[in-house]
Amino acid sequence: MAILVNKDTKVITQGITGATGLFHAKGALDYGTQMVGGVTPGKGGTNVDITLENGSVVSLPVFNTVQQAVDATGATASVIYVPPAFAAEAIIEAVDAGIELVICITEGIPVLDMVKVKRYMEGKDSVLIGPNCPGVITPGECKIGIMPGYIHAPGHVGVVSRSGTLTYEAVHQLTTRGIGQSTAVGIGGDPVKGSEFIDILRRFNDDPDTYAVIMIGEIGGTAEEEAAEWIKANMTKPVVGFIGGATAPPGKRMGHAGAIISGGKGTAAEKIATMEKCGIRVAPTPAEMGSTLVSLLEEKGLLEKVKTIK
Amino acid sequence: MNIHEYQGKAVLKQYGVVVPEGKVAFTVDEAVKAAEELGSGVVVVKAQIHAGGRGKAGGVKVAKNLDEVRAYASEILGKTLVTHQTGPEGKEVKRLLIEQGCDIKKEYYIGVVLDRATGRVTIMASEEGGTEIEEVAEATPEKIFKEVVDPAIGLQAYQARKLAYAINIPNELINKAAKFILSLYAAFVEKDCSVAEINPLVVTGDGQVMALDAKLNFDSNALYRHKDIQELRDLDEEDPKEIEASKFDLSYIALDGNIGCMVNGAGLAMATMDIIKYYGGEPANFLDVGGGATTEKVTEAFKIILSDEKVKGIFVNIFGGIMRCDVIANGVVEAAKQVGLDRPLVVRLEGTNVELGKQILNESGLNIVAADSMADGAQKIVQLVK
Repeated sequence: MAILVNKDTKVITQGITGATGLFHAKGALDYGTQMVGGVTPGKGGTNVDITLENGSVVSLPVFNTVQQAVDATGATASVIYVPPAFAAEAIIEAVDAGIELVICITEGIPVLDMVKVKRYMEGKDSVLIGPNCPGVITPGECKIGIMPGYIHAPGHVGVVSRSGTLTYEAVHQLTTRGIGQSTAVGIGGDPVKGSEFIDILRRFNDDPDTYAVIMIGEIGGTAEEEAAEWIKANMTKPVVGFIGGATAPPGKRMGHAGAIISGGKGTAAEKIATMEKCGIRVAPTPAEMGSTLVSLLEEKGLLEKVKTIK
Repeated sequence: MNIHEYQGKAVLKQYGVVVPEGKVAFTVDEAVKAAEELGSGVVVVKAQIHAGGRGKAGGVKVAKNLDEVRAYASEILGKTLVTHQTGPEGKEVKRLLIEQGCDIKKEYYIGVVLDRATGRVTIMASEEGGTEIEEVAEATPEKIFKEVVDPAIGLQAYQARKLAYAINIPNELINKAAKFILSLYAAFVEKDCSVAEINPLVVTGDGQVMALDAKLNFDSNALYRHKDIQELRDLDEEDPKEIEASKFDLSYIALDGNIGCMVNGAGLAMATMDIIKYYGGEPANFLDVGGGATTEKVTEAFKIILSDEKVKGIFVNIFGGIMRCDVIANGVVEAAKQVGLDRPLVVRLEGTNVELGKQILNESGLNIVAADSMADGAQKIVQLVK
């Protein structure tokens, strides 16, 4: 078990004929993901041939619309690499075609476009991860996104993060300590996004194969505080946290559109205080996310159970 | 992106928001001429910088005649204003807004923001005009009223009226105030603002509802569809290093410390600053070189970091995900050679081909210290700049 994606997940790539879409479709196939096709309006009826690392060639059908792709391939997940000006509409198209899991990697979507997307998705069954995120990976089974697959290992620790590289950092620290991951989810660095921490934490809580979670936040907004309160009230599994941006000056956007302290709100200190109050063990530095989890699991007598790499 | 008050008022005027008559002036003579043309008795001379708190810092003066306009314009132009938003170094005033004075009966607050928790545009209003909304929220939160906008139908007139009544706009001016709020919302949405704040909104003796001040910020992700707004960018208001970085698609923010940072990924870049501070150092900047750290980008990043004289050493922290460490190491070595690196450099690489990457750094003949981990690298650079 894992959350969101597994070895049976059939995936299409929106924007598959672009350089980025093609590059990461190959990466997904190399990892063993069931990539079954792609969408580029105007290129429907053609095929893209992708030569994998092992020398074999996979020929993926390209469709004009997501609906055609779904009808022909039975895909239930879609990953979006289309440019920011068209990405919001690409999400809506995927949701309209009944895609269950939409993962939008694209960075730079205007926030008011995302406000409309979120409104459109109300009452729909689709789940959106992102935008401006690395994607989702269930190690050993399915990789959807731009993360380096090889640093991951199958296991029982869930990772959820607003930052791509900090997710890799956490995963790497876990793997090198012999601790595999159930699923790693990058929810993205934008202020308005499809899934928040709580949406993912709830899934990890319900997943019998996830024994502990690392949650990585950053300055801006109050999602970490809300997640901390939710964890206190609902979470049955140990959670380790980290917040980036303790040294960030107020009023400046730190790379991510959502990473900004505005009106004195959204500081790292505030988030860390709330998380600790709610029983989350917060790592003092980004280099200690793995070791903080190890010591917490040791205290709980869970360390041996999560050591999946021998 | 931020713009000046006078530019913001011009944008709002296009949408029917009532603003006082005014003109921009870059010199004292222009200021006097502007006041003459306005033809009103009293004019206000307002410093135009991208920061709030100008009044308290002496950047806003009321002039009763042209001599006073000349005197105040001479005083404010070229002056460095220090406000709570400029930082201690302050900002030099290079532009003035010369504006018609008005008979203020009462001041209010109207702000349009994006509420992240709901993912919706929210209008905030308060009777406590002229005070910063954060202070009102702290002291008297019950005096702030909010209306959340459903993006499917937009702001409704009744919502605007509800706000106008809630903040006690005089009865005979409710419709004018509601129209003001609807116009402000229209400008916010059509121009992709991230903040549109009117503080104060005033009711005047002659029955006007107008914006005495205007602060508009724009979503930089949406600027591609607003050429008119892009033209309002004032490079004088930005750090030259940040301007240079933006040309190369590098995300850079200048800070006060002495350790330059070069990192891939915004989250890791922030966390790198944090860990430097944790080990007793002070970061000189935030810098995200992005996923594909090419030699060209790394070279430009080095140049920008080294142009900061405060920088005594550099910490490169790269998690080579898709990019291989040997490629990044070659880029760092090549860039260091090109820019003539004259300060200590600590490099932490992690990811594919990390050993090969470290070997390239060690054999480069340059003064590069390879670190084993992020913590190790942070400690090493902090020691080296002491």
